Amino acid sequence: MGDDLVKALVDLDEDKVRDVVKSRLEAGDDPLGIMDDARKAMEVVGDRFAEGEYFIPELVFAGEILKDMTTAVKPYLNKASEQKYMGKVVLGTVAGDIHDIGKDIVGFMLDVNGFEVHDLGVDVPPRKFVEKVQETESPILALSGFLTLAYDSMKETVEALADAGLRDKVKVMIGGGQISDEIRAYTGADEFGKDAMAGVALAKKFIAAE
Amino acid sequence: METMLSSASREVVVGGERPTVLIGERINPSGKKWLKEALMKDDLDVVRREAVAQAEAGADVLDVNVGVFGIDEKAMLPRVVETVMGAVDLPLCIDTTDSAALQAALEAYDGKPLVNSVTGEEASLSSVLPLVKEYGAAVVGLVQDDEGIPKDAVRRFQIAEKILRRAEDAGIPRQDVIIDCLVFSVGSDTSSGSQVLEAIRRVRGELGLNVTLGLSNISFGLPDRDLINGAFAAMAVLAGAGCLIVDVEKVRPCVLAADLVAGKDSHARRYLADYRRRK
Ligand code: B12
Repeated sequence: MGDDLVKALVDLDEDKVRDVVKSRLEAGDDPLGIMDDARKAMEVVGDRFAEGEYFIPELVFAGEILKDMTTAVKPYLNKASEQKYMGKVVLGTVAGDIHDIGKDIVGFMLDVNGFEVHDLGVDVPPRKFVEKVQETESPILALSGFLTLAYDSMKETVEALADAGLRDKVKVMIGGGQISDEIRAYTGADEFGKDAMAGVALAKKFIAAE
Repeated sequence: METMLSSASREVVVGGERPTVLIGERINPSGKKWLKEALMKDDLDVVRREAVAQAEAGADVLDVNVGVFGIDEKAMLPRVVETVMGAVDLPLCIDTTDSAALQAALEAYDGKPLVNSVTGEEASLSSVLPLVKEYGAAVVGLVQDDEGIPKDAVRRFQIAEKILRRAEDAGIPRQDVIIDCLVFSVGSDTSSGSQVLEAIRRVRGELGLNVTLGLSNISFGLPDRDLINGAFAAMAVLAGAGCLIVDVEKVRPCVLAADLVAGKDSHARRYLADYRRRK
């Protein structure tokens, strides 16, 4: 049954994905297993894209189907697995950058792992991040960015956090595209992550250290 | 509305029922490793050749950009401007986000250039507009501001209005403001093309300003880009874009065909001349 879902998502068959997810949920299938199939499928989509077989609209569409899936699965997820509440995270793609496929996956993985995610969307100015952190009292700020210019926006966001007197209360992690430790140092963030699972691991580490 | 640009020996006018003015985009090191390396080695011959090639391909104006990590724009931009002025007699479009580099390039330029660009961001408006005024240049207003990147035609129009107001406050005549309606790829958002076309119609119709576009962004991330760029060029011409920033060699035949169909090429002179050139 898992293969069905993986194949449907890889083929970008929106209706089929919806049907399979619905019938598996109604049959009492483990929602985490469903999301794991989604992860597998997204990997294949990513590989096809890297090989020049798939193009950006297909990558974007896969991301949208995934979003709809998450919405469908979520109510079952909380019921079934009684996820332990982990804490709050403010997330967004930084100013000047509108890449959100990677960020959405990070948000989704944090969510299924028990975090309360406040996603501010894309092209988010430093001020908005700071306001949201203040409002939610979230101890974690997760910044995504794929463009070279995003490094400056990340830096400005970390500085804005410091200006608001919040720097020692909030852990900042960054990710997306070519992010490396050198860039992390440049931006003044605490940690960087290569993929969504790394983001979850970092968030857990931040909470444990609190 | 007519925008006049000039080099030391030639004038180019954008607007009215004139044929579409093509601004050659190729002197720009981002994404062109060979050009970046040449600039790093101070090899300006490459720039000269690229300028001549674009002029021969039918460019009306050349965009000049040297903004890439590792190059001192303030020192390099005026030198590249001088090199291109020495190689061709086309007016130039000085493309930088660095106001010190912009001033140095304006100082070096002979004629009335197009400055690319000012945005609706406060920092940009206050640093770029005074220089445009001081040197009597024309300016491209890119519809982006402190609130971010516009998604629809309405926001694009609002930012265009704001840039125009601020330019006029700075003493720049309205015909010297050309609005870049900011194209994004239809790869991620299929409504992006139609929003830009709507913005062009409004900026032309309600503000009366000339419009330009960085055309090839429309096809970013898609295969067979020239096909999409050609289709979009035709629609942009019809919507009223008076000048386009493009890879001239690739896009010009399509634009000439579009100009002809839109009634901007009397007796098909330009279309036929280019047909014979291509043969
Ligand atoms: C898809 C895409 C687009 C789409 C974006 C659609 C969308 N809704 O997101 C569109 C077409 C809009 C686009 C536009 C542009 N793009 Co683009 N785009 C890409 C592309 C092809 C894929 C990026 C992607 O989403 N990958 C899929 C994700 C899922 O993969 P991933 O990175 O492995 O994701 C993981 C990590 O990043 C990590 N992660 C992400 N965020 C975070 C955050 C935290 C805290 C953590 C821990 C981890 C983490 O977790 C993710 C999940 O595991 C890349 C090239 C490439 N191959 O990477 C170029 C690329 C990023 N784009 C590029 C450019 C230049 C642009 C444009 C400027 C093009 C143009 N001329 O207009 C515009 C910019 C628009 C803007 N202002 O942002 C360049 C950037 C170059 C640079 N260094 O600046 C790239 C690298 C392409 C290239 N080689 O030139 N683009």
